[in-house]
Amino acid sequence: MESGFRFPFLISHFLPPVSRFPFPLSLLTSRLPLPTMKGRYKLNPINLTAHEAHEKMVSGEISSTELTKACLQRISMVEKKVSAYITIFPDLALKMAKDADERLKSGENVKPLTGIPIALKDLLCMKGKPTTCGSKILENFVPPYNATVVDMLLDAGAIILGKTNMDEFAMGSSTENSAFFPTHNPWDPDRVPGGSSGGSAAAVAAGEAIIALGSDTGGSIRQPAAFCGVTGMKPTYGAVSRYGLIAFASSLDQIGPIARDVKDIALCLDAIVAHDPMDSTSISFKKPPYLESLVDVDIKGMKIGYPVDFFGEGLDPGIRKSLDEARRVLEGLGAEFVDVELKSGDYALAAYYIIAPSEASSNLARYDGARYGYRNPTNIDVMDMYKKTRGEGLGREVIRRIMTGTYALSSGYYDAYYLKAQKVRTLIRRDYDRSFEKCDLLFTPATPAPAFRIGEKVDDPLEMYLSDIYTVSVNLAGLPGLVVPCGFTKGLPVGLQLIGKSFDELTLLKVGNAFQEVTDYHKRSPVLD
Amino acid sequence: MAYETVIGLEVHVELNTKTKLFCGCENRFAAEPNSLACPVCLGLPGLLPVVNKRAVEKHIMAAIALGCEILEYSKFDRKNYYYPDMPKNYQISQYDLPIAIKGCLEIEKSDGTKKVIGITRIHLEEDTGKSIHGGGSGSIMESDYTLLDYNRAGVPLMEIVSEPDMRSPEEAYLYLTGLKKILNWIGVSDCKMEQGSLRCDANISLRKKGELEFGVKTEIKNMNSFKSVRSALEFEEKRQAEVLENGGKISQETRGWEEDKGITVSMRSKEDAHDYRYFPEPDLAPLKISREWVDEIGKDLPELPDDRRERFIREYRLPEYDAGVLTTSREMSDFLEEAVVVCNDPKQVSNWLMSDISKYLNEKQVEIQETKLSASTLGGMINMIKKGTISGKIGKKLIAELLNKGGDPEEIVKKKGWIQVSSEEELLPLVKEAIDANPKAVEEYLGGKKSAIGFFVGQVMKATGGKANPGVVNKILMRELEK
Repeated sequence: MESGFRFPFLISHFLPPVSRFPFPLSLLTSRLPLPTMKGRYKLNPINLTAHEAHEKMVSGEISSTELTKACLQRISMVEKKVSAYITIFPDLALKMAKDADERLKSGENVKPLTGIPIALKDLLCMKGKPTTCGSKILENFVPPYNATVVDMLLDAGAIILGKTNMDEFAMGSSTENSAFFPTHNPWDPDRVPGGSSGGSAAAVAAGEAIIALGSDTGGSIRQPAAFCGVTGMKPTYGAVSRYGLIAFASSLDQIGPIARDVKDIALCLDAIVAHDPMDSTSISFKKPPYLESLVDVDIKGMKIGYPVDFFGEGLDPGIRKSLDEARRVLEGLGAEFVDVELKSGDYALAAYYIIAPSEASSNLARYDGARYGYRNPTNIDVMDMYKKTRGEGLGREVIRRIMTGTYALSSGYYDAYYLKAQKVRTLIRRDYDRSFEKCDLLFTPATPAPAFRIGEKVDDPLEMYLSDIYTVSVNLAGLPGLVVPCGFTKGLPVGLQLIGKSFDELTLLKVGNAFQEVTDYHKRSPVLD
Repeated sequence: MAYETVIGLEVHVELNTKTKLFCGCENRFAAEPNSLACPVCLGLPGLLPVVNKRAVEKHIMAAIALGCEILEYSKFDRKNYYYPDMPKNYQISQYDLPIAIKGCLEIEKSDGTKKVIGITRIHLEEDTGKSIHGGGSGSIMESDYTLLDYNRAGVPLMEIVSEPDMRSPEEAYLYLTGLKKILNWIGVSDCKMEQGSLRCDANISLRKKGELEFGVKTEIKNMNSFKSVRSALEFEEKRQAEVLENGGKISQETRGWEEDKGITVSMRSKEDAHDYRYFPEPDLAPLKISREWVDEIGKDLPELPDDRRERFIREYRLPEYDAGVLTTSREMSDFLEEAVVVCNDPKQVSNWLMSDISKYLNEKQVEIQETKLSASTLGGMINMIKKGTISGKIGKKLIAELLNKGGDPEEIVKKKGWIQVSSEEELLPLVKEAIDANPKAVEEYLGGKKSAIGFFVGQVMKATGGKANPGVVNKILMRELEK
């Protein structure tokens, strides 16, 4: 065990719990005051991608310290409007930037991510830093370990700016389910950024980070990327280690990057895709050099599947229009579109809302107040401790899903719900396999509609669940999905989703990059100042 | 009315791997509380289990030794329930596809008859931590505080489920001792019920003699020794018979054994039984156990006790009883084999082990491997007796020395001057002395009481401190007495 990390393994029913961690319990104290930067930097990180910044840092045109300061300054300027972060580490970030600058100066061990400011969704464990998962129950939790991806970023010399806001335990599609505060869409502060990785997507869109890591269980990277007009990818299940990712639904969760263009996604995948012996579900495969492979790509003759069923009823006309245009752009580049059938997609949402809550009901059972995290101080016995701790520590949506999952797994209902949902899952996978016999990748909308208003759907969970209609089946099938900005409707970004074969992230990146080479939607920024 | 008792046992056995089932923490008993725990076995957020291959190997060893069929495809499942000593509030266990199914264990009853007890399944799971309830009645709901020790959390645990094949508490007792013997033997667990490395829950029901259908069963928990399992079952057998005799019905329930009172009391009824909501563990890939792997493990498995006993009878020509006693523990039988390699005289090795050495072990309450005596030393000593270097009587002294202090028998014998005296020159004066000093005995001998010669041998032995070669003394005596 790490030194300085001790559990009081004592459940006292009469003594109030002792504060166990050497920092104030109120989160807001670690959030505020926002970093203040003197003067205005000529650098505006909102216009910079990681691969561009890398070139400028290697050539000495800018330093990591300058870039990090620019990000911190940007945060201090826009964070009040956006609220993307739960915790910010200005001092740590500047220290890391200094180290990165030395690394850059010496020229040794310089990686594409060296000196690049990155934000982490607050469910990725970082040693010694609060990791809340957007929940009151983990408000005071400080992990004594790094997630594998965090170790990889640190090894690469990336700068960690802070931890971003999210729907509690990644359950939600708007970041309104954060136990702390909602995040606002940088394109329209009255609207949601999507979720659950809403903080990560908003941070990138608002120029508060160059890249952000998120996690995607049913669309939690892709839907907010679409809502915020940034690029996001959910890699194949098993491509990125889940070690240190606080679990929502273990068989669906996958970590992925959110960035300003496809090249940055590739650059980030180069750093985080790897087999991890600490994660038994991580898979060893021969990965291509993603970023390098994007040079001089011709997508002529590429077969793109068009799942007709994804473009039916319920799709916003503005989104349909943008996607039609995107299709013409890709056709103009020589890609061939073929219609494919994906009927089982109709059942994806239902199956997802059985499987994910079932796993969650078990994954979240550990938050009981006995060992770490929030514990109700007035409980009279262990049952009372469980009930009050969980009743007070967990939010409504989380409780709703725990109850759904508990019900679905109960004896007598298991076959009708969980087992049936697993069968649907198998059918969905087969459906995708069959469609990939006819094409190299699929082309779909990312969301049925653009970002909705804050508060619009909070009282209607079913309506909220529908915003993941195009993304959940990809998780059920374990496939990679890439979302790239492809237009605007009523001033709000529209996202296009590309779905690939297992471990064929590269094809998605090639097509996505080709699209971005001839379009500029990904280069547009919201006006915040 | 005559009833038949039906018993089935669920036995949990901790595997003695170096590390825990899903993390690198040491697996050791009686360490300082919470000193053998890490973020993985404490179930901290975001951390994942990785299966300890060695635990699966030991599980397979046990399964082979118990004649099980080993499934090529098995998987882990989550068993969900809340208890503070279980860090994740679910236990990683196996539900519908355990590693091993359909095994058996043969027991031998006191009347010498043998019976095969079926084993339904053996599955692998993680152990929980330990709770110590302070103040109040000792249950978690009524105590003032609970202390938690997570050292045991995540220790590999095998659950061995028997068929309802036992027909008496005695058979259940024999099944348990048999299980312990074989698991000890193959070295997968020390099976110490007092330390909790073997735990047993018993299901028992009665039915009218001759009926095929089982009666309603009760499950008994909280037994902390093999004897208390037997006592609890004896109590429950009687209790159920009385209930049925009086026209009552047995209710399906879990009952706790109260050792001090010698009774079982109701803990919870069937209605209160947990719904564990088992589902496949999504953090672990299914276990694929290849035939080749099983064969490899089988090859490394030590010869099993029954096979070895048969071989001792067949090859070493040991009496059935000796062969049985000397194969109760693997250490004892290994000891015998190693000593035989040195002296090539199984009967002599067996004699020493069954007599002087067993006596010593019983007195001191130790195991053979805990003494200073090594098998090769015993073999060497037997060779010394056979060569005539020492007498059998000196051998008895020597073995006591070796058991207590160890050392090289040749050197001890030299240092202590225990080498057998076989020369006529040295022995003749002593023989003469004995004859001269005992004219009465000489008369008896010459008068036809040939057995009196034993008396003179004894006198010479006494005079030499047991070192005289009895054969040589005998020869000289006969010659001298006949003069």
